[in-house]
Amino acid sequence: MPPREDRENQALIRLFHVSKRYGAKAALSDITIDFEKGEFAFITGPSGAGKTTLLKLLYLGEALTEGQILVDGMNLARINRRTVPMLRRKFGIVFQDYKLIASMTVFRNIALVLEAQGKRPRLVAKKVRSLLRNVGMEDRENALPPSLSGGEQQRVAIARAMAGEPRIILADEPTGSLDPEAADAIFELLKDFHARGGTVIIATHDRSLIRKAAHRVVHLKQGRCVAIEGN
Amino acid sequence: MKVYFKRAFDDILANVFLTAITVGTIALAILIACAFALFFVNAGHMLNAWEKGVRMMVYLKPHTSEAARLDTRYRLTRIDGVKKVVFVSRQEALARLKQQMPGRAGLLDDLRENPLPDAFEVTVVPGSQAEAVIELIARRISSLPGVDDVEYGKRWLRRFAQLINLFRLAGFAVGGLLFMAAVFIVANTVRLVLYSRREEIEIMRLVGATDRFIKIPFYLEGTILGAVGAVIGLAVLFAGYWTFVSRLQQELGDGAKLIGFFSPSVCLAIVAAGMLVGWLGCLISLKQFMKA
Repeated sequence: MPPREDRENQALIRLFHVSKRYGAKAALSDITIDFEKGEFAFITGPSGAGKTTLLKLLYLGEALTEGQILVDGMNLARINRRTVPMLRRKFGIVFQDYKLIASMTVFRNIALVLEAQGKRPRLVAKKVRSLLRNVGMEDRENALPPSLSGGEQQRVAIARAMAGEPRIILADEPTGSLDPEAADAIFELLKDFHARGGTVIIATHDRSLIRKAAHRVVHLKQGRCVAIEGN
Repeated sequence: MKVYFKRAFDDILANVFLTAITVGTIALAILIACAFALFFVNAGHMLNAWEKGVRMMVYLKPHTSEAARLDTRYRLTRIDGVKKVVFVSRQEALARLKQQMPGRAGLLDDLRENPLPDAFEVTVVPGSQAEAVIELIARRISSLPGVDDVEYGKRWLRRFAQLINLFRLAGFAVGGLLFMAAVFIVANTVRLVLYSRREEIEIMRLVGATDRFIKIPFYLEGTILGAVGAVIGLAVLFAGYWTFVSRLQQELGDGAKLIGFFSPSVCLAIVAAGMLVGWLGCLISLKQFMKA
């Protein structure tokens, strides 16, 4: 493990005494963690431990109640509304329920990310097809998400997450509703992204997924960080 | 921009029912407001045309001498607001009457004596057409010696002007209300579209889309629907106008041609107003929705 000072210097995401409360109920309490550039980390814990909430705080899906979060130099406590899209472009987000737009084709779902970033139509088409090839979905570009299996939808979701060339992928239970074979395929895609220098943070309670790789694991319980394992 | 237009057209096609309601509402509002406006424009033109030609017939007392007639003429020309004074002798008046009653000219031939008086036809200076000014001029003329009566259809003028003013006020009120109603109906329609697509909008936000990227297609959609609604409203109004004028032409002949439709530039302004309605409706909804 590199010395603490080096880790801090390389930190891409830093959480200082972060708390999140919904009314009187604390979802997260006093969390302090760093995630390095190029790290592959798991956040685990039982249901209700605060895994999803922690991920949401990083991309401002929720506002934090206390503490500070720095993402690639941006202080989330001070960020203004107009800068939020810029923050979110640093992330590729993979949701357990895929969050694909049902009325748009697979192609359009991925193209949307690139269009939102102002990419030219010709470049968008080229890029989308390349991403679909990478996730093995090139022959389904005109399909609507509801006609795809869970594994296929999640592959499209990963292609979408990678479309904007993010620095970090946040995946919330990415294999939660998939059969083992489909789950392996998804995990391989995330490992590929990591191998190319990307940072991956996965929230999961699936121990078998964690066992597949020796990475840093952050354990949460009732909103508190109870242990950090790994290098 | 092409991307925004594509998304706007995709949305329009995906929400045919809501689109039809929005277009229908804007068309109806434009139709009613423009029907009022068309009436005022034409009534105003008629009033102006009538006022421009305000002529007073100044009838002289019977058996007025030549000298008294010349004196009256001189005095008439000295009155402020009087542009032209033309003498119409009783013989000339009878000849005119015969011309105006071609079918019944024979009746006039049977008259033993010409019953018409000598008169002056007085034309008022343009700019002196306000009702009060005309009345003042008429009063001055009446007070001249040798003048028997002054006639200029003042009651009709007054009533017509009052009616037009009343309708104009009502028209502004109804037009304003219709405009607001159309804006709020469009706002509600857009809100329904936004509500039905809130998940999609949320996903767009999560993948880093700016508010601008999300909003522009909606503004385009609202503006396009506003333009289409206005064109439909105008087309229906034109069809109504055409039917009305055609029928009136059968009754009145060429007189009906005086009733005109809006000029192309006014039509463009109306379409622009429809676009504004669509745009404002979107603005109201999006402001509330994007804050949430």
